[in-house]
Amino acid sequence: MRWSSILRVGGSTALPVIVLLATVPALAALGEDAASIQADQAHLRASVRILPGQYYSVHEMQTPAGTTIRQFVTPAGAVFAVQWQGSAPDLRQILGRYFDEFVAASESQPARRGRGLHLETGDLVFESGGHMRYVVGRAYLRSKMPAGVTSDDVR
Amino acid sequence: MTSAESRLVGLACAAGLLASLFSCGGGSRNSPGPSTGSNVQSLVVNAGPDLNYANGVFTTVTVCVPGSSTCQSINGVLVDTGSFGLRVLSSALGSLVGALPQQKDVNGNAVVECAQFVSSVIWGPVKTADVQMAGEHANSIPIQVIDATAAPIPSACKAIGPAEETLSSLGANGILGVGFFAEDCGNSCTVANSQNPGFYYSCAGSNCQIIGESLPEQVQNPVAFFADDNGVMLQFPAVPNAAPSVNGSLIFGIGTQDNNALGSAQIFSPDKFGNLATSFRGKSYPSFLDSGSNAYFFLSSSATGLPNCGSSASGFYCPSSSVDLSATISGGAGSNTMSFSIGNASQLFANTRNFVFPTLGGPNPGLFDWGLPFFYGRTVFVAIEGRQTPAGPGPYWAY
Repeated sequence: MRWSSILRVGGSTALPVIVLLATVPALAALGEDAASIQADQAHLRASVRILPGQYYSVHEMQTPAGTTIRQFVTPAGAVFAVQWQGSAPDLRQILGRYFDEFVAASESQPARRGRGLHLETGDLVFESGGHMRYVVGRAYLRSKMPAGVTSDDVR
Repeated sequence: MTSAESRLVGLACAAGLLASLFSCGGGSRNSPGPSTGSNVQSLVVNAGPDLNYANGVFTTVTVCVPGSSTCQSINGVLVDTGSFGLRVLSSALGSLVGALPQQKDVNGNAVVECAQFVSSVIWGPVKTADVQMAGEHANSIPIQVIDATAAPIPSACKAIGPAEETLSSLGANGILGVGFFAEDCGNSCTVANSQNPGFYYSCAGSNCQIIGESLPEQVQNPVAFFADDNGVMLQFPAVPNAAPSVNGSLIFGIGTQDNNALGSAQIFSPDKFGNLATSFRGKSYPSFLDSGSNAYFFLSSSATGLPNCGSSASGFYCPSSSVDLSATISGGAGSNTMSFSIGNASQLFANTRNFVFPTLGGPNPGLFDWGLPFFYGRTVFVAIEGRQTPAGPGPYWAY
C-alpha cells in the first residue's frame, strides 16, 4: 500500500498532525454524516487513514484501482468536500445524493467541451480535469464549509 | 457557453456563412493544410459537425470492413492528444455498423467498452476495422463504436459520469485519440480483479460484467499501426485573433520522413501518470498538452485572480480585459517558459461567427491543462510509449 505525500490539514495553518493508520472506517458521501457511515470504504474496497485537524479532518482512501479519495469532515462529522485523483472514481458513491445533480448539470452544458468540468448548482460546486488514465477533481458544498476554510483547502 | 447560446452560435454558422458552409460542417471538403505527403492529414478548427464547437480540431477518418473495400469516410472526428484510440458514432458509420466484426471474449460474448474520460464515459461495442488516414493504414485494429443500444449501460459505468453517446453530446462524429499510449487503458485493464478500473465488459445479452482485456484486444491508437508508427506531429499557424476557422496538419511519424524532423524541438518526458509539471507563481502543478481540451484550463479563480464567467460562459474565465500570464513547463530534461493571454470568454463568444479562440481559458483546480490554444503557432510532437525516435523512445512530448 502506498500513501500519497503530505496532506495539509486545518487550512493554511501548519498544525501538528496525528496520523492514525486507522481501522476506523468513518467515511461518508458528500453532505452525509461521517460517523454513521462505512459504506464508501466497503463499496470501494478502500483502505483508510484519518488526519485530524483543528477546522476539519481529512479521511483519505486508496482504492485498489489506484484512486486517492479525500473526504473533508467537520468536527461535527459532516462531509463538506471530497477530492480525488487517479483513475476516474465511482462518483455515485462519493457524491451520494448530489450525484444526480452533478449528472443533470453536466448534461445541461454541452458546449463546455474538452477535459474539464466546472459546475455550480447553487450549493454544490463540482470541478474536474485530467486526461484518459488520470483524473483530478473535487466537489464541495458551499453551505457546509466550516468557518476559516476556503475552496483552496480542498485539495 | 450555455446550451441556448451554443444553438445560437450554430444557427449563425449554418445560416450566415453559406459560402463557407463546409468549414462549419466538418473536415471533408476543407482545403489542404500547409504540408502535403502520404503521412499528412488535414485538420481544421471550426464549429464541427454539430455546428457549435469552440476550439475543436477535426479531421476525416476512413473506416473499412477488415480486408475489404467496404469503407465509410467519417468527417468531424475530434483529434485528441489526451486519449488513445478511435471511437466513432454508430450513426456516422451508417451501414458499416453491422458489417464490422464484433470483438468477442473467450465465451463468445460481445466485448463492450466503458471508455472513461474525465467525468464522463463513452459506452459501446469493441469492433475490428481497418483505419485509414492520408496514405497510412492500420489494419484489423480494435475500435469503439459509440452506441448506447449495444447493451444497457452498467451501473458501475454510469457511476463515473454521464454517457456521451450522440452528436449533440459529443459535438463530434467521433474521437481520434493520438496521445502517447498505444492502448486506451493499459496494463491495469488486463487483470480480472478489483485493481481493474472497469473499461471492458463482457455482455451476455444485457448482462455485462467487467473483464480483463489483453493489451492487443484493447482499443488501439491507430498511429501505432501506421508505416510512420512512432508518434505524431501537430502543426498550426499562429492565430493572432479569434477566427471562424483555421487549417492545420496532423503528420504521422517522428523523424521518419523529411517533413517530420524534430529539429530544435525540446523533449518533455512525462511522469508515470502521463503528466508534465507546470510552475506558476512559484508553485508546481501536474500538467499536460491536450488538443482535445478547448481552452487553457488551469487552476482556480483564487489562484489566478481571473474571475469566472457568469452563466453566459459558465466554466470559462472572464477577465474584464485580456490578461498576460507566464508559466514554466518542465518534464525530464525539457523546460520552457511560456507566455499566454486569457481573454473574456463571454465577449469572445458574443461574436457568433468565430469558433477559433486563441485566448480562451477556464478553471481546473490543481491542474494545468494546455489545451488547443497552446497548439496555435506551434509544431508539437507526441511520441508513443516504447517506440524509437531520433530522440530516444517515447513517451514524450516535444515542441
